[in-house]
Amino acid sequence: MPTVTLNKAVFEKLVGKKLPIDKLKDRISMLGTDLGRIDEKEIEVEIFPNRPDMLSEQGFARAFSSFIGAKTGLRKYDIKKSGYKLLVEKSLPKEWPYALACVVKGIKFDDEKIREVIQIQEKLGTTLLRKRKKGGLGLYPLEKIEFPVRFVGMEPDEINFRPLEYPSVITGRQILSKHPTGREYAHICQDWRKFPVFVDSKETIMSMPPIINSHTVGKIDETTRDVFLEITGNDMYVLQHAFNIMATSLADMGGQIYSIDCIQQDGSKLSVPNLAPREMKIDISYANKLLGTEFTEKEIKKYLERMGYGYKNKKVYVPCYRVDVLHQIDLVEDIAIAYGYENFNGKLPDFFTVGEEAPFEVFKNKISNILVGLGLLECFTYHLSNKKIQCEKANCSIDLIEVRDTKTEDNCLRAWLIPCLLKVLMENKHNEYPQNIFDIGTIFKRGNSETGIVENDRLAVLLCNEKSDYTKIRQVLDYLFAQLDLKYKVEEADHGAFIGGRVGRIMSDNAKVGYIGEISPEVLSNFALELPVAALELNLTELFETMNKNVRIFHPVSDW
Amino acid sequence: MEIEKLIRTLHPLERKVLPLLDKFHTIDVLQEKSGLKDVEVMRALQWLQNKSLIRVKEDLHEQALLEENGKLYASKGLPEKRFLEILAQGEQPISEILKKAQLSKDELNSSLGILKGKAAIDIKKGNCLSVSLAENGKKLLDKGFPEQKLLDKSFPVELKALSDEEKFALENLKKRKDIIKLHIAKTKSAYLTSHGRKLVERGIKVDVEDKITPEMLRSGTWKNKEFRRFDIEINVPKIYGGKRHFVKDAIDYIRKLMVSFGFKEMKGPLLQTSFWNFDSLFTAQDHPVRDLQDTFYIKEPELGKLPDDALVSRVRQAHEKGVAGSTGWQYQWSEKEARKNVLRTHTTVLSARTLAEIKKSDLPAKFFAIGRCFRNETLDWAHLFEFNQFEGIVVGEDVNFAHHIGFLKEFFKRLGFEKARFRPAYFPYTEMSLEIDVFHPVYKKWIELGGSGIFRPEVVVPLLGKDIPVLAWGPGFDRIIMDYYKINDMRELYKNDLKKIREAKSWIR
Repeated sequence: MPTVTLNKAVFEKLVGKKLPIDKLKDRISMLGTDLGRIDEKEIEVEIFPNRPDMLSEQGFARAFSSFIGAKTGLRKYDIKKSGYKLLVEKSLPKEWPYALACVVKGIKFDDEKIREVIQIQEKLGTTLLRKRKKGGLGLYPLEKIEFPVRFVGMEPDEINFRPLEYPSVITGRQILSKHPTGREYAHICQDWRKFPVFVDSKETIMSMPPIINSHTVGKIDETTRDVFLEITGNDMYVLQHAFNIMATSLADMGGQIYSIDCIQQDGSKLSVPNLAPREMKIDISYANKLLGTEFTEKEIKKYLERMGYGYKNKKVYVPCYRVDVLHQIDLVEDIAIAYGYENFNGKLPDFFTVGEEAPFEVFKNKISNILVGLGLLECFTYHLSNKKIQCEKANCSIDLIEVRDTKTEDNCLRAWLIPCLLKVLMENKHNEYPQNIFDIGTIFKRGNSETGIVENDRLAVLLCNEKSDYTKIRQVLDYLFAQLDLKYKVEEADHGAFIGGRVGRIMSDNAKVGYIGEISPEVLSNFALELPVAALELNLTELFETMNKNVRIFHPVSDW
Repeated sequence: MEIEKLIRTLHPLERKVLPLLDKFHTIDVLQEKSGLKDVEVMRALQWLQNKSLIRVKEDLHEQALLEENGKLYASKGLPEKRFLEILAQGEQPISEILKKAQLSKDELNSSLGILKGKAAIDIKKGNCLSVSLAENGKKLLDKGFPEQKLLDKSFPVELKALSDEEKFALENLKKRKDIIKLHIAKTKSAYLTSHGRKLVERGIKVDVEDKITPEMLRSGTWKNKEFRRFDIEINVPKIYGGKRHFVKDAIDYIRKLMVSFGFKEMKGPLLQTSFWNFDSLFTAQDHPVRDLQDTFYIKEPELGKLPDDALVSRVRQAHEKGVAGSTGWQYQWSEKEARKNVLRTHTTVLSARTLAEIKKSDLPAKFFAIGRCFRNETLDWAHLFEFNQFEGIVVGEDVNFAHHIGFLKEFFKRLGFEKARFRPAYFPYTEMSLEIDVFHPVYKKWIELGGSGIFRPEVVVPLLGKDIPVLAWGPGFDRIIMDYYKINDMRELYKNDLKKIREAKSWIR
């Protein structure tokens, strides 16, 4: 989640009310943001990804002042016409077809305001615009631009300008390798045939979105008063919202918005920005039913206004900067937030249902308890393992299923449990013996299923002490099957991890359900073990199915 | 304790040692006189001390011990002694001495140095170096080397017991490599207390039995026996039983709890297609949670199968244009993205599958799941790549947000948290979305446990066919387990340290 650092003084001025710090903390949490830190100067909050409109002092304060009842209802933004034009041309790369722009005048930029603007631009870039993959925002001092401005595609090597904070003029292609921002975002556009650029009527290159602005015409400083604001990208829905969030924040900073006519590639003319609220219906009975409340229309109106909406004649007016309102359920949630989650008392429904554990879980739990009765200790190992443990050390070749881009060396799904428990023994050599352990867990193999991978739950038992041998582990198996009232046989088998002649396959009802034997000295020494280990591994999924196949039929003893 | 009673508690070992303490005090002597083993004497002394019958004094004193070379020279003789003994046969070249006395180069050099220092030899330089016995050397051979005499003693040797000449020899040997080492030894000696003396004077001979034997029981002779009284306050050696892993113990409790609330358990694979893990839960395909760096994807097979076309197209519709009056996410949904296999990132995937399967006639219904989930993390004290989640859903026409809060409060009460708090949060698949905090009764602070909410219509309508409220929660409970077992490092949950598993307290709620 993105974290924003807000200047507390600016925030309070925008809110129009100063709350005591405890109250402030509480209200920030209950509005639906995660409060990180708060001190005399700064407020650090984590904004949930559905509310990018709160990623600035202005946006956050706007939501907060409504929520605490200081300035409620729909905000109105006045737009004047600039008379300027932006032409979006067909030469643009197909990957980056759209552009929107407007002018905002009369902001006194200082260090603080520049910081605020950069923060909004960055945070919107990483969140709503998905690390600029969907779009990028840019600001320019208005006085350096001659209209009309054109948004065009150019050959990367024919683009020549001085990028922001760079000492010299370089080409569009060079920016991607030489400029730090270019390197960071090169992956977005490096394969495009043409790069998009803004040029003004004097053919001055203003910027190369979504990478970087020109140092000469695209840099805001303390002398800037009026700005040209643009957004470009490939997702019109997202671009419009991000643009509105930026434009309204600049307006809340004290700027006056002037619209620009943006002529798109298809010839359509958009007067930008469009800050008109979206109309939505709300069904009050739906809201009350879902919340378990009995709010009147008047109350609903009050709560909606506390969340910055307008309300008139059963119609809700959704502010132009809200991206998260897809359905009236989103309005219902905001009503609940405005009312306060803390004010819902909670009750239990009055219908009856029967609870039930999954039968397989019951079966596995029984097995654990049987083994615990034999004095065994249960372990709980990870599903992710690696080739070294599963194959090399265990002297066993298996086609393991690999997981992509893991951050640890465990980059495979385990195919059997015994190596996982041998690793446990290896890591417990300093602890008291005997170490007789077991684990029940899932293993993975390729096979016929929805994912192409079949999962089975298995049991592994390892007896590690001076006296462990085949007899000892066989006794465990015997006891377990007797307790489960199941029959089994052990047939001679070969297995690389066990001593030849001391390993067998466990068969139950003609199904192969596992292996049993003494671990070979080679494997023991691979795991640095100095005591013998006798082990078994059983496929419980298979065993459970076998058991359910043979459901016994009970005959009543009497006529009752 | 009164004397008579006390006498009857004495263990056979104590009985043997106690009377001896009148005259003897050190362990080796007590051992010899009692005929007991070292540990038995020690044990008896410990018990007698516990009963305040004796006082044990510890003396510190310096001892000399033989080291590797010291042991060798004690049996073979010091190199300089062997050197000198060869010379008794007359003048010899160095090379000859080296061979006969079986000296190493180092030993030869140090012998030459020592013997010259004692003026015991004469060295003649000629074609080859040769050595003969000097007058002092002869005396030395007659009288013997003081260092060798010291080495011949039985070690360890008490420093206090050494004569001045021996002390001098010790100093010489100490300077040489790996011959002698000094260390501080502790000697215990035991003395009767006045109470103990009373017992000894009274005489501790009583006819008490230590153990009940089958013979006594069969013959009935136990009737005439008196049994020794035990010190029942004593500490005994630890034993460990077979045991469930403490995390599974806790999981089991939560399972029972959910069942007691009337929930039915859901099961499903750990590997899922993205369709079930994300798309069916209205998580847009470009949502950051679907990034490689957060989620484990499978290399091969990379793609799985999608369910029936009708369901897939309803989900596609929900994403692209919206369903049930929603605008949807307004983007082009990709089938390939939905087919990618992932290790499930939440148990909520099981809820989605359940909603797709249940019939309307089954409603209202309640389901739960407990299980492992995965996220692409490194391992450190606060992060694991596998974690446990417990999931609950309540599906019914008439359930609402107030019920949601009611359920959660009841659950956490039964996990030991009387106070729970709910804050607005965000998840793509719920609306209302709540973060659950519980108040820790001991630390007096709020603990964040994770998310819950009511499934969005965009989730429910494609799966269930109708917009019916579904209350859902999926908090992690590893933090609750850590709190219960007082674990600070998350890795300890699955480290399988057998000592920790053996000693962890039982989950009792």
